[in-house]
Amino acid sequence: MINKQVSSAGDAVKDVFDGAVVMVGGFGEAGSPIELIHALIDQGAKDLTVVSNNTGSGEVGLAALLKAKRVSKVICSFPRTANSTVFPDLYNSGKIELELVPQGTLAERIRAGGAGIPAFYTPAAVGTPLAEGKETRSFDGQDYLMEHGLKGDFALIKGRVGDTHGNIIYNKTARNFGPIMAMAAKTSIVQVNEVVEPGGIDPEVVVTPGIFVNRVVEIASPVYESELVAAGVSYP
Amino acid sequence: MSEHTQAVGWTREEMASRLAHDIPNGSFVNLGIGIPELVAKFVPEGRTLIYHTENGLLGMGPTPAQGEGDPELINAGKRQVSANPGAAYFHHADSFSMIRGGHIDLCVLGAMQVACNGDLANWSTGKPGAIPAVGGAMDLVAGVKSVFVITQHCTKNGDPKLVERCTFPLTGLGVISRVYTDLAVIDITDDGFQLVELSPGVEFDYVQERTGAALLPQQSD
Repeated sequence: MINKQVSSAGDAVKDVFDGAVVMVGGFGEAGSPIELIHALIDQGAKDLTVVSNNTGSGEVGLAALLKAKRVSKVICSFPRTANSTVFPDLYNSGKIELELVPQGTLAERIRAGGAGIPAFYTPAAVGTPLAEGKETRSFDGQDYLMEHGLKGDFALIKGRVGDTHGNIIYNKTARNFGPIMAMAAKTSIVQVNEVVEPGGIDPEVVVTPGIFVNRVVEIASPVYESELVAAGVSYP
Repeated sequence: MSEHTQAVGWTREEMASRLAHDIPNGSFVNLGIGIPELVAKFVPEGRTLIYHTENGLLGMGPTPAQGEGDPELINAGKRQVSANPGAAYFHHADSFSMIRGGHIDLCVLGAMQVACNGDLANWSTGKPGAIPAVGGAMDLVAGVKSVFVITQHCTKNGDPKLVERCTFPLTGLGVISRVYTDLAVIDITDDGFQLVELSPGVEFDYVQERTGAALLPQQSD
């Protein structure tokens, strides 16, 4: 019998090791797996490379992981957000490395990483400072940049419902990077509001097939970043 | 002082309205954050546009009523929105396939500088200490069929935003086809900036003096 459900967020992230590449889903707070990130802070792994669209806000979730000095590098498209002070402070004091990637290139690099494609060409960023040091090639008279696929050791993702085989559906625009990060990481960990038995999700509507998911943990009432920030919460 | 501070040209709303009238019925449109978002309020009656937001929604609707939103139903500016009947959610790689694959008809963006060859700078001043953040701008300008800029004609300091060559870090090369400002509508052509329309009461010379490159006069039909 296949059962990918684990009992707690702590169990789900227990083997994250120092130096791991950790992909973290979410676009702003939509899809941000706060409980898994907080469990990772408790777990203690350090020198992490985080792949995520943003860098969190306030002092909770992703921003709290950064503030706890567990992250040496972020690969990111937009590290500035309202209420975001942790990353700017670390960056300006030279304590964190930033690889800035256009958002669509970031998404395609992750997708390619999960799809077995080592590199691809994109028109985004041609002729800009983000093209520096990258191979440019012309196809049909237009210039493109070569970009590399991106793989993770772990992915932390937030879904709405998962079954014990790891099939996942999401909530609205919280889907964002979840499905592609699940494909690109060796160990993909998804927190969901509800875990159901196989058959509990119609195969026609499965968004992330279970083959891409290693662990599912039920977090019935996940918190939202904005609520914690508004309440002045600082984690831990 | 009053004669110096008197408003000249279109307001932000009038700029947005002027642009909205140029979007054909049925277009797939991505609106950037700020003045571009206003465009949706001025679409002429009888036209339906389908709004794309790059964080994974096609068929984006207006801001929900107080208490009816979902923190996980947001736009690219991370503000709560709604989903219109017929909307679809999708992941980021699909969303940028719509953009890069040329499936989106129009993108409207703000700008720091636009050059007369269509180059755009809108993501970074390049100043030390500024946190670089690019988001989806470079993908949008590289992939969407038409890219319009909507912006004040000059900076708060009075410097032209329409220039011969961008001095800020570029977002894309030769990507802008038209600019809507408080003073005029201007096309980017092979010959440079081409005036399409002046805002009411504004003279050609007034716009040329505030433009950092040659402005070709309006063509008569």
